Amino acid sequence: MSDLPVTPALVTSEISQTTAKDRRGYWRAVRRKFGRDPIAVTCALILVVIALAAIFAPYAAPADPYKTSVIRRLLPILSPGYILGTDELGRDMLSRLIYGGRVSLLMGILPVVIATLIGGLLGVIAGFAGGRINMVVMRIVEVFFAFPSVLLAVAMTGALGAGLMNCLVALSIVFTPAITRIAESTTTQIRNQGYIEAARATGASAIRIILGHVLSNVAGPILTYASSQVSVSVVIASGLSFLGLGVAPPTADWGLMLSTLRQSLFVAPGNALLPGVMILITSVSFNLLSDSLRTALDVKP
Amino acid sequence: MLGYVFRRAAAVVPILLGVSVVCFSFIHLAPGDAISALAGDNASKEVIAQLRQSYGYDQSLPIQYVRWLGMILSGNLGTSIMTGRSVVSEVIPAALHTAILAVAAIALSLAVGIAMGALAASTRRVWLDRLLTGIAILGVSVPHYWVGIVLVAVFSVELGLLPAMGMGPAVSIYDFSWHDAKFIVLPAITLALIPTAIIARTVRATLIDVRKDEFVQTLYSFGLSRRRVAAHIARNAAPAVLAVIGLQIAQLLGGSILVETVFAWPGTGYLLNTAIATRDMPLLQGTILILATFFVLMNFLVDLIQPFFDPRIMRH
Repeated sequence: MSDLPVTPALVTSEISQTTAKDRRGYWRAVRRKFGRDPIAVTCALILVVIALAAIFAPYAAPADPYKTSVIRRLLPILSPGYILGTDELGRDMLSRLIYGGRVSLLMGILPVVIATLIGGLLGVIAGFAGGRINMVVMRIVEVFFAFPSVLLAVAMTGALGAGLMNCLVALSIVFTPAITRIAESTTTQIRNQGYIEAARATGASAIRIILGHVLSNVAGPILTYASSQVSVSVVIASGLSFLGLGVAPPTADWGLMLSTLRQSLFVAPGNALLPGVMILITSVSFNLLSDSLRTALDVKP
Repeated sequence: MLGYVFRRAAAVVPILLGVSVVCFSFIHLAPGDAISALAGDNASKEVIAQLRQSYGYDQSLPIQYVRWLGMILSGNLGTSIMTGRSVVSEVIPAALHTAILAVAAIALSLAVGIAMGALAASTRRVWLDRLLTGIAILGVSVPHYWVGIVLVAVFSVELGLLPAMGMGPAVSIYDFSWHDAKFIVLPAITLALIPTAIIARTVRATLIDVRKDEFVQTLYSFGLSRRRVAAHIARNAAPAVLAVIGLQIAQLLGGSILVETVFAWPGTGYLLNTAIATRDMPLLQGTILILATFFVLMNFLVDLIQPFFDPRIMRH
């Protein structure tokens, strides 16, 4: 939804021509810089808390997120026993928000991970092979660039049918093309560098060159971009759920909760807005974290 | 220039063909075909076979594709399975409604985004730059449809100032009057959110980048006023900003699905939702095809405008 264009110039500057020893020092420097960035640490902490709460939801949640109650519907925030109130069916909001993190985080993170693996692989192969293979892969990628990302995600899930699995597939397809393009352009640029030539001259196989030289150079740009897409993925994924294309009720999911609570907006606006606050906090944290990562990766060893 | 236009146009054709293949495959991605949905559960095998034949689903896939392509090239996008009307007659009015909303949102995001970005880049007050950058980060990562709900809660429910949904008594774009303009305020603000933030970020980053160029120093040393130098900087920043703006206008179409759902705006997003809910595949296919084609043409247009700001682009 909100991806900045990938300019080749930007990628070139990030290619380093360093030895393996330098590189270890580089990653150490990156880690140090990242750890000293207060924004990065804060965001990481917030995300870890949300993720841990989601993973250990049965222990973290104060109540059963599926237990409905006719007499306790839409209790306001800070009601006794229900810190964040209850939803339109009298279910404890806090518990549902904690459980909701499971699906929402999964749908935010997993598609980007899948897209990074597939797109990275496709891009490196296309860039390294060059010629006809490159042309075929990049032409296909270009076609997928012709769709606005939200539109593609909605259309694919719409065609495949609602559900968690189909959402994951659709979102992965949405994020793959851009990552493929970055991997391809970076690989193409380093393909003819001296040290690749040297490795080839010593008889190293293509796989060995890719594993030893190409991947370490491509990882930085891909990682920077992919990390920036997690926050986008969180927002689009909850958007799909909001449209009713994600998990089916009564499963707790932030996007779906936002959609079902919308009818109660006039009665209990506070409760109805809570799931959106969770999406916002998660998405902003991922975004700031990614910005910090970009800055940290910029260090000189 | 003409050569450049032809080269860009030639690049558009294979992309559009690819887009058509993707849209075509949507029907075949769908589990359980549309025919059984149309015929109902009790239909006999003969009826289903007949329907299948009349929709051309009994042919092999490549033949179906070529037939379908010939059909859409002659301006026929098929028939909506649910309403029985032609897809074109469903999509065109919806696209116009989306266009009204999109134009309002684009105008808003251009004005606010460029102002915010330019201010952040040129201010000497660090806190102001930080504040604007912070707002931009928030704008990029916020779930915009949720902001739409918040706006409804504040301006419609609490203050009762603006209508919460619909586009007013106007049935189509032709009888849209300024009196109904209040209906567009909240959806347009919501839709403008993400593009505004991205444009602001791009403008700021590009201006700061260009300002570091050597020619800026040279211009100052020639004794040009700040204002004149600023004009030069703006001109050099234009291509990069323009590319992002084009991309954002196009992405806006996608984002409008969610916004239209929140505000019950009768545009393409609403149409798409209906198509998905009723499993009306020709309608889904047609809507996506038109939006994607528009998206491609939009990018083509940006390619054509680019050389006016930076003639070097034509030589690549």
